[in-house]
Amino acid sequence: MIQWKVIFSISKTHLVTRLKQTITAMLGVTFGIGAYITLMSFMSGLNQVLDDVILNQTPHIQIYNEIEPSKKQPIELFDKFKNNVHVVHSIKPKFTQKKIHNALPMINYLNKDKRIKKAIPQLKAQIFYISGSIELAGNLVGIIPLEEAEMFNLNDYILKGSLQELQNLDNGIILGSGAASKMSVNVNDKIQVSTISGDVFPLKIVGIYQSGVAAVDDIQSFAKIKTVQRMMAKPENYITNINVKLHDINIAPEISKKLTQLFDVYALDINTANAQFETGSSIRNLITYAVSITLLIVAGFGIYNILNMLIYEKMNDIAILKAIGFSGTDVQYIFLIQAIIIGFIGGVIGMVAGWSISYFISTLPFQTDGIPGLKTFPVLFSWWYYVIGIAFALISTFFAGYLPSLKAKKIDAVKIIRGQ
Amino acid sequence: MKILEAKNIDKYFRKPVDFHVLKDINFSIDKGKFVSIMGKSGSGKSTLLYILSTMDTDYEGELYLNNELITGKTEKELSIIRNKEIGFVFQFHYLLSDFSVIENVMLPAKKLGIKTLEEIKEDAFINLKKLGIEHLENKKASQVSGGEKQRVAIARALINNPSIIMGDEPTGNLDSKNADNIFNIFKELSQKQNLSLLIVTHDDDFAKRTDRIITMEDGKIIN
Repeated sequence: MIQWKVIFSISKTHLVTRLKQTITAMLGVTFGIGAYITLMSFMSGLNQVLDDVILNQTPHIQIYNEIEPSKKQPIELFDKFKNNVHVVHSIKPKFTQKKIHNALPMINYLNKDKRIKKAIPQLKAQIFYISGSIELAGNLVGIIPLEEAEMFNLNDYILKGSLQELQNLDNGIILGSGAASKMSVNVNDKIQVSTISGDVFPLKIVGIYQSGVAAVDDIQSFAKIKTVQRMMAKPENYITNINVKLHDINIAPEISKKLTQLFDVYALDINTANAQFETGSSIRNLITYAVSITLLIVAGFGIYNILNMLIYEKMNDIAILKAIGFSGTDVQYIFLIQAIIIGFIGGVIGMVAGWSISYFISTLPFQTDGIPGLKTFPVLFSWWYYVIGIAFALISTFFAGYLPSLKAKKIDAVKIIRGQ
Repeated sequence: MKILEAKNIDKYFRKPVDFHVLKDINFSIDKGKFVSIMGKSGSGKSTLLYILSTMDTDYEGELYLNNELITGKTEKELSIIRNKEIGFVFQFHYLLSDFSVIENVMLPAKKLGIKTLEEIKEDAFINLKKLGIEHLENKKASQVSGGEKQRVAIARALINNPSIIMGDEPTGNLDSKNADNIFNIFKELSQKQNLSLLIVTHDDDFAKRTDRIITMEDGKIIN
């Protein structure tokens, strides 16, 4: 029978009498776990912010008419050449309307689907900003401002002014920051916008928009969808894009496939549109894990070393313990328990340290044009990292302690006692 | 009544060269006897003691403690036997230096785990008192003198009321006054408490005063 109380008290005495070494070993674990938690929280925070930048403003499914060549060329429909090889030179894309056919009933249909959070229309038009004698090419996106704000966090990217004003004003425009600075205009100024067909409309700037991508900010601007329809002299059902937000992003590819079949439109899901982004996130995670595990392994070697030394110092104690009736297993537990106590206390302090450092980082100011709405360094606080941290601390110290403790178990007491 | 009996014990050292250390050892110790083992260095007396103590299991032959065969028992069973039945006193490795004197004495009883902590503490104190060192109770083991350490070790050896006390030159490292003191303690234990003792020694004066001297030479008992 194992007398745990005695074994614990011997372990405790060993740890307390060699306090400096114990603390050194604990600090190794603390450092490893603290760094792991800090690194994970910081990296995941950053990852999440970057993901959000994409996810928030990107629809889960975009529906539009893609310009592409006809899948079936006319010759294929002709029976006489059915069994021949067709070679068609210089294929041109088929003329299709930009507008989505039957867009309004489609939106109604989509909004009834329970898996879909919301489907909202957009009208994309190419325009020119007229500034004196200069014409700047640009894109004007007709939107329903408040719905756009609700679904795609457009508000986060409005530097000045507001979407509410755009909603209220029939001839308002929210101008991209790059275009605005090129033309030296600001909120409440008026600019003239010309459509491709040459009609010129005066619009009032009610806001400045900044996405963080300079190429977009130089050309993009927003107006109410009705304003754009009027400018282009199109009816109310003229809609070029439908953006869909789902409740569950993971079913986007599946639903987009169905929509393509159902409506004969081009439906692009977010996974396809941002495939490279997923890769970036997962590789960043991989690097974080690799660095953290390296830190923990280094801490593990520290513990291994210190316990090994402790066992050499305590050879006599081990011999005496064995002589007075402690079994090899008892002696092994004495040292294993020391390792686990070091791991546990070091790990708990490491969790506290990790949380403190993460918290400190999250208060540091950090602003960048690339990610609007960010005031401090992004940090993700997840209990999951703390669970992994303490589990790893216990497992690594267990293994670091296991080999030395096995040695202690196998020490031949007779050799030690007679050796002196 | 035989406390300890050895039958046909043979032992070889394999390293560095094959060497027959103990050759056909047969002897027994009766209850209450104070026995000393004498012999020159290398005669195998310490080797024999460690076999008798159950710590060395690499031998041929049979060993009985309280008429029970203990040869071939597992390491765990042997550690329980050492804990309960055998008390040790060594020449050098006296005590666990990080622990206090009373904690050292209590340790084997705590391991045995039969009595409560209070009872063990009481027993340990009585033992210390018997050996005249109760004033050292709370001192650290590393802070007491050599003669005192040996007395603490004896108190520890007695804590579980063992069948036999074994000593490997327990007075070898002490001056004559302290050595005498230790001898008197042993003698008293043997006479008053009918305890069996088996002590390996170099000291002629010490051996002469015991009940029986076993003399060894070249791995054999010659007397």
